[in-house]
Amino acid sequence: MTEISAANTAPPKPRTARLRRWFHRRGWADLTIATPYVWLTIFFLLPFMIVTAMSFASRTPTSPPFSFGVDGSFLNFENFARLLEDDLYRRAFLISIRNAALATLLCLLIGYPMALGLTRVSRSARNVLLMLVILPFWTSFLLRVYAWMGLMGTNSWFNRLLTSIYNGLVPDDWAIRSIQMMHTNFAVVLVTVYSYLPFMILPLYANLEKLDLTLDEAAMDLGSRPFRVFLDVTLPLSIPGIIAGAMLVFIPACGELIIPGLVGNPSQPMIGRVISDEFASARDWPMASAVSVALLFLMVGPMMLYTHFEAKAQEKKAMEP
Amino acid sequence: MNRRPVFLMSVLAFGFAFFYVPILSMIVFSFNNARLATVWGGFSTKWYAKLFANDQVLDAAWLSVRIALTSATVATILGTMAGIALARFRRFRGRTFFSGLVTAPLIMPEVITGISTLIFFILISNLLEAAFGWKTQRGFTTITLAHITFSLTFVTAIIQSRLRDADIAVEEAAMDLGSRPWQVMKDITLPIISPAILSGWLLAFTISLDDVVITSFTTGPGSTTLPILIWSKVKLGVTPDINALATITVCVVGLGVIIAGILLNRAERRRDLDAQMAYRANE
Repeated sequence: MTEISAANTAPPKPRTARLRRWFHRRGWADLTIATPYVWLTIFFLLPFMIVTAMSFASRTPTSPPFSFGVDGSFLNFENFARLLEDDLYRRAFLISIRNAALATLLCLLIGYPMALGLTRVSRSARNVLLMLVILPFWTSFLLRVYAWMGLMGTNSWFNRLLTSIYNGLVPDDWAIRSIQMMHTNFAVVLVTVYSYLPFMILPLYANLEKLDLTLDEAAMDLGSRPFRVFLDVTLPLSIPGIIAGAMLVFIPACGELIIPGLVGNPSQPMIGRVISDEFASARDWPMASAVSVALLFLMVGPMMLYTHFEAKAQEKKAMEP
Repeated sequence: MNRRPVFLMSVLAFGFAFFYVPILSMIVFSFNNARLATVWGGFSTKWYAKLFANDQVLDAAWLSVRIALTSATVATILGTMAGIALARFRRFRGRTFFSGLVTAPLIMPEVITGISTLIFFILISNLLEAAFGWKTQRGFTTITLAHITFSLTFVTAIIQSRLRDADIAVEEAAMDLGSRPWQVMKDITLPIISPAILSGWLLAFTISLDDVVITSFTTGPGSTTLPILIWSKVKLGVTPDINALATITVCVVGLGVIIAGILLNRAERRRDLDAQMAYRANE
C-alpha cells in the first residue's frame, strides 16, 4: 500500500526508483549503522590493531623503521621484556600512575562535597552553578594549564601570597624567598586536579541528584546525626558515581602529555612522554607501541573491575522486590 | 530541602574560586603593560594590537577554524547515525562490538590514539606511493580525519542519551499510522534530537578547535593549528601576548557556549510548554 501511495505522490525517475525503494524499505537502517561502523573500523580499530601488531615487531634501520620476524620467530617479545627490565619504563609507569591516583583522590575529596553541595542549592542557582562547572570544560585545555603556569611562577602574585603565608606561620630562620612550584610533581598533580575536576563532579552530581532524599530524612528522624547519615546512606548509594568519576579522571590522567610537558619535572619520565619520545626522537616504533599496549592493559584491569561491579549492582537491583 | 550545610557550601565556594581564579588572573595579566608576564606594570592593550598584527597567529587560527568546521560537521553526521543506531535499533549483528567501538575513543588516552593514527597514516601514505606513485603529505586532511574519528564518539554519547530520554511511543505511533521508517526519522526522530545535534556539533567544534595531542601527531609540515602554535610558544614560558590570545579564546568560546546554552534552554522550555498545552487540550 505504501508503495502505491509513494508512486502516486511523486512519480520517480526510472533509474532512482529502485534505489529509493530500497532505501525506504530497509536500506536506510543498514546505512545508518554501517556508515559510522565502517568509519570507526578504518580510522580507529585498524590503527589500533596495527599498533598492537607493531609491539611484537623489531626495530630496524629501514623505512618505515620496523619489521617482523627478524630473529626467526614472527612474534618478538623483546619489547615487553625490555619494558620489565629497563628502569626507565618502570619508573615512568610508577610515577604516572602515582600522580594520576593522587589526582583522582584529590578530585574525589573536592568534587564529592561540591557535587553534594550542588544538590542542596535552589533550582535556579543550581542551573547557573552547573553551567559554571561545565564552562571550563569547553574552554581550551591547553590554556587552562597555561593559566596555572602564570600563577605558579616564582614571582607571580599567587606564589608571593603563598610564600608570605608560609613565612608568617614558620619561625623567622625558616623563611624562604619563594616556593618552587613549577616543574615539580606537585604542579602536575595540582593542574591535573584542576583540569579533570569537572569530570569528577558531573557524574557524581548526576548520581547524587537521583538519590531519594526521604531516605536521608528517615535516617535523620530515627535519630542519626548528619555525618552518620552521610556515611550510612548517601555514600554507599553514590558508589557508582564515584567509580564513574574516578575512571574519567584516572584513565586520561595516566597518559597525560600536556600537563607534565608544561609544568612537570623534565627529568622525570612519564608514560605519555616516554611513548612520544620513543616514537619521535628514538624512532623506535615497536617500543612506543609496546608501551602503549602495556598502558592500555593496565587500564583494562580497572575497567573490567568496573563492569564486574556494575553487573553485580544490576543483579542485586533485579533481586530486590 | 532547605538545610544548607556550612561545610558543603564552603567547599563549593572554594571549588569555584579554584576554577576561576587562574583564568581571571590570566585575563587580568593580558592587559599588563610590563614585559614580564607575572608582575603588574600598569594597564595596556598593546599585546592585543601585537597579536592582530601577527600573520602567523591569524593563519593558524584560520586553519584551526576550517578544520573544526569540517570535522565537526562530518563528526555530527556520523555521530548522530551511530547514536540513532545504538538507541533505536535494538538488535543488529555486532551491536555489542559496535557500542564498544564507539565508547573506546572516549576513554583511550590521547597519546595512544595519536600514535596509532600517525602510524596508520604513514603506512597508508607509503602504500599510496608504492602502488600509484602518489605522494601525499600530512596536513589538513589527516588532521581532519583524526578529529572526526575522535569527536564523533562525543556526539554519539549526547544523541544516545537524548534518545534514551525521549518517548519512543511517538515514533511507534507514527509507524502504526503507516509512516515509512525514513519519514518517521525525518519528521519525528530528527526534530526530537535537533537540540542534541546542535550541542553535539558545538562540542565537536570546540574539541577540534582545542586539540593539541592528536593534532601534533597527525599534522605535517606547514600545517600549524592555533593550539599547536600556542603549545610551541608556551613551552618556552609565560608571555603577555599568549595571555591576550588566551583571553580572546576563553571569551569567544565562553560567550558562545553561554548563548547557545540559553537558546537551547529556551527552545526546550517552549517545546515542553507546547507539549503541556497539547496534553491539556486533549484532556
